[in-house]
Amino acid sequence: MTNLWMDIKHADVITVMGGNAAEAHPCGFKWVVEAKAHNNAKLIVVDPRFTRTASVADLYCPIRQGTDIAFLSGVAKYLLDNDKLQHRYVSAYTNAGYVVREGYDFQDGLFTGYDADKRDYDKTTWDYEIGPDGYAVVDETMQHPRCVMQLLKKHLAIYTPEMVERICGSPKETFLKVCEMMATTASPEKSMASLYALGWTHHSKGSQNIRSMCIVQTLLGNIGVLGGGMQALRGHSNIQGLTDIGLMSNLIPGYLNIPVEKEPDYASYMAKRQFKPLRPGQTSYWQNYNKFFVSFQKAMWGDKATKENDWAYDYLPKLDVPTYDVLRGFELAKQGKMTGYVIQGFNPLLSFPNRAKMTEAFSKMKFIVVMDPLKTETARFWENHGEYNDVDPTKIQTEVFELPTTLFVEEEGSLSNSSRWLQWHWQAQEAPGECRSDIEIMSEIFLRVRNAYKKDGGAFPDAIVNLKWDYAIAESPTPTELARELNGYTLAPTPDLNGTIIPAGKQVDGFAQLKDDGTTACGCWIYSGCYTEKGNMMARRDNTDPGDRGIAPNWAFAWPANRRVLYNRASCDPEGRPWSEKKKLIEWNGKQWIGFDVPDYGVTVAPDKGVGPFILNQEGVARLWTRGLMRDGPFPAHYEPFESPMANLAFPRIKGAPASRIFKDDLADLGDAKEFPYAATSYRLTEHFHGWTKHARINAILQPEAFVEISEELAKEKGIAKGSWVRVWSKRGSLKAKALVTKRIKPLICDGKPVHVVGIPQHWGFMGLTKKGWHPNSLTPVVGDANTETPEFKAWLVNIEPTTPPSDAVA
Amino acid sequence: MTVQVSRRGLLKGAGAGLAGGTLGALGFGGLEPAMAAAVRPFKLAQMRETRNTCPYCSVACGVILYSLGDRSKNARSSVMHIEGDPDHPINRGTLCPKGSALLDFVHAETRTKYPLHRAPGSSEFKRVSWDFALDRIAQLLKEDRDKNFVAKNGDLTVNRWTTMGFLGASATTNETAWLTYKTVRSMGALVFDNQARV
Repeated sequence: MTNLWMDIKHADVITVMGGNAAEAHPCGFKWVVEAKAHNNAKLIVVDPRFTRTASVADLYCPIRQGTDIAFLSGVAKYLLDNDKLQHRYVSAYTNAGYVVREGYDFQDGLFTGYDADKRDYDKTTWDYEIGPDGYAVVDETMQHPRCVMQLLKKHLAIYTPEMVERICGSPKETFLKVCEMMATTASPEKSMASLYALGWTHHSKGSQNIRSMCIVQTLLGNIGVLGGGMQALRGHSNIQGLTDIGLMSNLIPGYLNIPVEKEPDYASYMAKRQFKPLRPGQTSYWQNYNKFFVSFQKAMWGDKATKENDWAYDYLPKLDVPTYDVLRGFELAKQGKMTGYVIQGFNPLLSFPNRAKMTEAFSKMKFIVVMDPLKTETARFWENHGEYNDVDPTKIQTEVFELPTTLFVEEEGSLSNSSRWLQWHWQAQEAPGECRSDIEIMSEIFLRVRNAYKKDGGAFPDAIVNLKWDYAIAESPTPTELARELNGYTLAPTPDLNGTIIPAGKQVDGFAQLKDDGTTACGCWIYSGCYTEKGNMMARRDNTDPGDRGIAPNWAFAWPANRRVLYNRASCDPEGRPWSEKKKLIEWNGKQWIGFDVPDYGVTVAPDKGVGPFILNQEGVARLWTRGLMRDGPFPAHYEPFESPMANLAFPRIKGAPASRIFKDDLADLGDAKEFPYAATSYRLTEHFHGWTKHARINAILQPEAFVEISEELAKEKGIAKGSWVRVWSKRGSLKAKALVTKRIKPLICDGKPVHVVGIPQHWGFMGLTKKGWHPNSLTPVVGDANTETPEFKAWLVNIEPTTPPSDAVA
Repeated sequence: MTVQVSRRGLLKGAGAGLAGGTLGALGFGGLEPAMAAAVRPFKLAQMRETRNTCPYCSVACGVILYSLGDRSKNARSSVMHIEGDPDHPINRGTLCPKGSALLDFVHAETRTKYPLHRAPGSSEFKRVSWDFALDRIAQLLKEDRDKNFVAKNGDLTVNRWTTMGFLGASATTNETAWLTYKTVRSMGALVFDNQARV
């Protein structure tokens, strides 16, 4: 989230699209209800289903899943056509006037530089024209034919309300009401909050779904202000933290990158990461990349990371492909190229697409280790559970370990929520049986491996035997010790920003004190400030909220630098006065920036210095056009899901998303609309959390049995009775469930023809207390978003028919 | 916000309240107040309170864990009741249908309790000791790393290991994540991911 949960109360319009917060984030959604009750806010819900969020909306608009870009591009076109922009914001705070270099174009659904064989772009032309002064050329009148504003108008021209209706199945009149309601927030006094979740990310173009709303929000001047923002409602309690700390193939904590092969040394790695301002005087956090990186290396390898050895640069693995994400990992496993997997608190058998492929991949590995507080399906992929897991154990040679771990009530530490708050929690009971914490288990395994390398040698032991490991009890580092490493500390006396010497061995106050000379160590620069010499800032519990801003600045710690609303400089006009007195966050008092939040700007940098408010960007402004930073294009474009009930009406020659990676066998495993005519989607129910709560008695009682949702029209067409058993199948697999025939789903009329939606909740498996069932991943295709490799779980094709009950069920 | 008053006022929002509410909808209207009355003496007089956060979604509601056992020597603590934390700025004491049922999650029958091992081709798990499991896992990891570690690609130093995969868990703490990062990366592993993609 750019803002935070309580801040939603300030919104004038709230759009929930690509999510269902009332059911999936109920206590956060209460702030939407608060905004409706006390700020007269209007709630817009755009969703294929009439969800519980929709049931309290002021305006509900249906949409066919996988067409969000067409819809939102239509909204952006409406704003431009009807002059519903926040003009000063757009001209001062966005790249609307930036001139794009010659050669860039978009024709027939493809940007310049497409290579069909590689399914990738040469992005050379996707950049600004650079003037003789070395800076990007800007036309403040926004009239230059190659400036971003003019290119945007041209790019959006096809997304008329009629085209939106044909593609999305959203009635034109309702769509226009959505546009009108959103457009009211172009006023500097008003703001719209966009709430989204996996309904946007689970697509082959998920990142561009989000980009589309970023464009709308930027045109309306809704980023950086109270009640505005892009609110990513993360799925799990610490998925934000795991991402921040970089537990991904290609990341170093704090969104730094693992080097690629072609960066053989530290100099070549840093050469590509020099911050070059694109406008005069622009500043950015990223100009300190070297300080964050060197401090990370020091946190990893201590005094073994030296200037002489390039800060132990060789200790880091180098990538030969963009990323070894899970889709690639299990593709390699299916090909017999993986030896094993160590799986912490994760149930991939029921989480990754194409269950049959997952079972095959697991069966080909030598061993897997599952560390989990619950008995998961993954740990039992080899066990026969009748038709729910129809395997022959004697034919599966995989060695399996199931290691019992502690739950949240049995450990202490911090979790990072959607608001970027790091909140500390405490232990309340002893773990049952022989459960141990993940920290202890990983430490015990690591120390055994390290000892074996020390004793017997082996492949490149250096990075292992030299890993900094000075915990008081080697086998059981404490959460406090680890949190202090994440925060960062001095290794030698070093001056702070004012020149005062900080002695060695002190916790730093924040990332501004980190150095590139080896005098500081820091595990994750964006978390710096979480555990300072003042103590554990994540454990703070002062809930006072000066000015009733919905910020509570002394509750826990928010990254970065305890800032609660990102880009909050944009809440003021270029002169430093708040756009809205009622929504004041910070302001310029003639000497410095003051206010309720930590300014996202140099505290003493005067407004007339020309520094843009978006200091994470080289331009200092928000991007309507993203240069070469996205793999699949600098503007979003409408592409159909890889399995779609209809052809691409906007660009008839394009199938799927052109730059999304898909492996050969997975491509062959795609079905078509003739054989599989219905548009399927998957989602959560409010009574369950993924596969976890089927182990909890009350939740199992509340929602005991798997079902699929279909419309009354489809039920009639297929002869399916309410509550009867149906079989749903795709090119990849099949499942059985009870039919929930509902008015909540209606056929969508797309290009004059009905599209039937089949909704498949995702909470059942063959372990736990609920009745056994199937997860939608038995059916879903293996294809990911071009930028993130997030699988397309929200839009694919199935067929459906009445069937007999599973063998263990009663009709 | 006055902590004591808010807390007492929130009895009906607790896990018992969820079941009671559901039954109430079926016509067992008196159950909810009865349940609330029954837990009151336990909660306030005999239980220890611990602050925590709900482990499910990313709202991160504050919860109060009520446990028996006073942490004295040889006394085992056990959580008996969980409710929303009224001091918490986001949830203000409320919980959703998932959070309200956390107690059943904590004490689920299907929680793992002992290390288990399934030998190749076997039809069952067998209980093993921690030492057996950890020694064997470390041995398997080292064997594969020594066999498949790629130090060089031509002249380039690449120091990568791509035949073992690692998955981090989205409900573990930041501190666990950091320790996991350190250990996994130090081995040169690149097949490394978490739930962020799914």
